[in-house]
Amino acid sequence: MSLLRYRPAFFDELKEVEVPFQGDALQSLAAGDLISLTGTIYTGRDQTHRRLCALLDEGKALPVDLAGQLLYYVGPSPARPGRVVGAAGPTTSYRMDAYTPQLLALGLKATLGKGSRTMAVREAMRENGVVYLATIGGAGALLSQCIKSCEVVAFPDAGPEALFRMEVERFPAVVINDVQGRDYYEMVANARKGV
Amino acid sequence: MRTIETDLVVEAVQDLAISAAHDLEPDILDALLAARDRENSPLSRNVLELLIANADIASRERIPVCQDTGICAVFVSLGREVLVAGDLEEAVQEGVRRGYEEGFLRKSVCDPVTRRNTGTNTPAVVHLELVAGDRMVIRLLPKGCGSENMSSLAMLPPSAGLAGVVDYVVERVHGAGSNPCPPMVVGVGVGGTFEKAAIIAKKALLRPVGEANPRPEVAALEAEILARINANGQGVHGFGGNNTALAVHVDTFPTHIASLPVAVNIQCHAHRHKEVTL
Repeated sequence: MSLLRYRPAFFDELKEVEVPFQGDALQSLAAGDLISLTGTIYTGRDQTHRRLCALLDEGKALPVDLAGQLLYYVGPSPARPGRVVGAAGPTTSYRMDAYTPQLLALGLKATLGKGSRTMAVREAMRENGVVYLATIGGAGALLSQCIKSCEVVAFPDAGPEALFRMEVERFPAVVINDVQGRDYYEMVANARKGV
Repeated sequence: MRTIETDLVVEAVQDLAISAAHDLEPDILDALLAARDRENSPLSRNVLELLIANADIASRERIPVCQDTGICAVFVSLGREVLVAGDLEEAVQEGVRRGYEEGFLRKSVCDPVTRRNTGTNTPAVVHLELVAGDRMVIRLLPKGCGSENMSSLAMLPPSAGLAGVVDYVVERVHGAGSNPCPPMVVGVGVGGTFEKAAIIAKKALLRPVGEANPRPEVAALEAEILARINANGQGVHGFGGNNTALAVHVDTFPTHIASLPVAVNIQCHAHRHKEVTL
């Protein structure tokens, strides 16, 4: 690739992690770790969250058991014929903050998006032993190449906002919030302030 | 008078929508390459490399640069000597509709009350202005909303002065953190009325990335805001470094003696914009 000068370290120095998380893999992740995810994940963004929480409020069962799973905040663009998925980078996570504690209470173990979370969500994550990961916003074409399958599990009428199950292979991410409650964005900010 | 058929407009807008989603313009690519070369954080430099690789993959493989293929702002400059044979507004909407369907682009437009997706990525937001000549220029800016959501407007008191303008823009950009996918392009509208400030802030994004405002005192303001934004070290995606913003474009318009409107329209690094002259 002629435009590239440095080979991105993302693809050289990544800590390989299986999803759903096995054993104590989740506990061993530290804020700032560069990781690559391989395995099965679920997706959801604004509409999915609204609908999942509406079902919970009505005391109904969810279309998928989120216990132990990773939820990726993404609304992919349509796949061209013969392709698995279109562009599929992260959407901004804070929009899911209003719903996240309810899903963490079900045993959801990780979320993946971009941007920082509210203190309420960070606290709920720490209490439930949950990690928050960020991947690269605006790199939807590149990230789509790490997605090996993509199928609708629920809410097909929501189009790109449906709940999908994806098989991913070496999907790059950065650990933002670890189970100790550390926050990588804050660590970067503190480092530059000399805190 | 010169006649332009609406079919031509439909086709042009369709092509703009598809190419905008897949092919970044040289101005933003050059800005990303320059940012990579001056980046002082190893992680952010790696992410910039990924973004450059992403643009390359998008163009070659015909996968959108970003899955958020946006809500379209379309600026039409219509020459006074042009006769449009038909409904210009509808032709633009039809072009967007076809582009998003045939280009496998994500339809992201919904009713704000019901949140129901319109299923066509229309309506686009169309701004029409009449200009001299016998040409029609169509500029298309599909706007992702990770960045659009971080935009804002203030009606400052004139006593706030230019220092108040700089403080407001810098505070809004820093407050956005990593949400709008930095490194950003920041469009700023100063003056006019409430709505004029927002429109010129958006139009400022259409200027080639990094090209200074022709008024020296406004260009100095752009340089000052850019330096202040990048001094805090948030960097690419909040991972640290000296490239929180790639450029700041300020446009101005005369305003009321009681007013100092400032609009900040934030654009992500996937700065997609295209134009055509008919």
